[in-house]
Amino acid sequence: MNILLTISFSSIASGIHHWLVSTIPNELLAKSIEMVIVGICLLLFLVPLCFILGYMERKVAGFMQMRYGPNRVGPYGSLQIVADTVKLVMKEGLTPTGSDKFLFNLAPVIMVVTCMLVLAPIAFAKDFQIWDINIGVLYVSAISSLAVIGILMAGWSSYNKYSLLGAMRSGAQIVSYELSVGLSLISIVILTGSLKMSDIVMSQETGWWIIRGHIPVIISFVIFVIASTAEINRAPFDLAEAEQELTAGFHTEYAGMKFAMFLLAEYINLFIVSAIAATLFLGGWMPFHIGHWEAFNHIMDFVPSSLWFLGKTFFIIFIIMQFRWTFPRLRVDQLLTLEWKYLLPISMVNTILVTVMAIMGWHF
Amino acid sequence: MFLTEYFRTVYKGVRSLLTGMKTTGYYFTHARKEIKTEEYPDNRATLTMFDRFKGEVVMPHDENNEHRCTGCQACEIACPNGTIKIITKQEPQPDGKKKKAIDTFVYHLELCTMCNLCVVACPSDAIKMAQTFEHSVYDKKQLKKVLNKPGSKIMEGVE
Repeated sequence: MNILLTISFSSIASGIHHWLVSTIPNELLAKSIEMVIVGICLLLFLVPLCFILGYMERKVAGFMQMRYGPNRVGPYGSLQIVADTVKLVMKEGLTPTGSDKFLFNLAPVIMVVTCMLVLAPIAFAKDFQIWDINIGVLYVSAISSLAVIGILMAGWSSYNKYSLLGAMRSGAQIVSYELSVGLSLISIVILTGSLKMSDIVMSQETGWWIIRGHIPVIISFVIFVIASTAEINRAPFDLAEAEQELTAGFHTEYAGMKFAMFLLAEYINLFIVSAIAATLFLGGWMPFHIGHWEAFNHIMDFVPSSLWFLGKTFFIIFIIMQFRWTFPRLRVDQLLTLEWKYLLPISMVNTILVTVMAIMGWHF
Repeated sequence: MFLTEYFRTVYKGVRSLLTGMKTTGYYFTHARKEIKTEEYPDNRATLTMFDRFKGEVVMPHDENNEHRCTGCQACEIACPNGTIKIITKQEPQPDGKKKKAIDTFVYHLELCTMCNLCVVACPSDAIKMAQTFEHSVYDKKQLKKVLNKPGSKIMEGVE
């Protein structure tokens, strides 16, 4: 037991690294193999994650609408998503005549690649991070805005008016909501004084920012959750998909595995947004600590850090799902009004508040 | 002035959204109690239909194989799409006179829209709506039904 507790992820990783370097003389080859291993590990993590999120979304939707949700395939319908995956795999991946075939086939790949890139600086557990880059938060907000390229590409190349309309809407939407997301991320960066993900998590050792930063941080947390729901094109901000008006928006023409990749990207994005919210505002993998209560903090440390991280992440995922099944959808003009008249001014004032608070030391 | 209006809008918006989340949160946490789904083929034994459900037209018969239909054909006239066809006959009475009675009450279920107009039109409450609904058959001819049972006759005292 003692040995198990002392083995950390970083020691396993460095062990594999040393073994690879010693067995393979070519350093470049060794590093490429490491990258492949990391990629495979990511995929092995992401595909079951998407299964779980897909099942969770259906069940949450069902319960919130007084239904059962899937309950036929497997115990409590848990294998429904497997059946759906099989269906999507068997389907023909049709490329419409008249579409820009290269861009059409490239778009789903770009969607998945961009959201996998964002996973790099996220700290999944203690010492469990793919790439602890020193500009982590900046990297995340920069790469996540690339997703709009995939959406625009899909909409433009489909040769379909619904796709084009959906894509253009999502362009306006993502560009607008990026601002609020950025400003609410900045409020934590101001308090922490670092863009590095591990620093941000370590700075919450004496309490999560949402508790230590009280009102201003709570405001920026709420704004972050709302704006990032809009950024990942989920209902009530699903104007890019807009099932009600545009059949399926930018992915109207996609079927089979290409469509499945959009679905995969949507769920990974949902996870990423929640993981970032959990890392910045709720302390990431940091257990629930109160100030310098040594005994209490020590008890909390017994819960594994990965569980803390996943618990917080799934809590925020649940909230975003609840948004989807509670709130009415917005029109395009209401969407932009919400951002430019409400979220952006409030988050600007809030940034000033946070700055004053950080300078005066009014946080705990 | 503008600012108070602005913050009032924000407050009202946030409050109504939170009310909505409270409702859905209640449904989520009390799922076992709140779920309204009828799992139909599984609960066939215990399934109870609600009162206003109209499944098909039936003619109730009592234990003596007697019905209340006088053959007045009011239902046939009331039916908007020719679902009901009544064939009458002249039945001899004990006193030697002949009286009109039904021979066959033909009911085409495949034409019926369950509008209930025939039941409303009937002056002697001879027909009513049943709550059965598993009507699917492989042959359309099976949907043509004769509502009066063989050998049945009109109930005593129904004019």
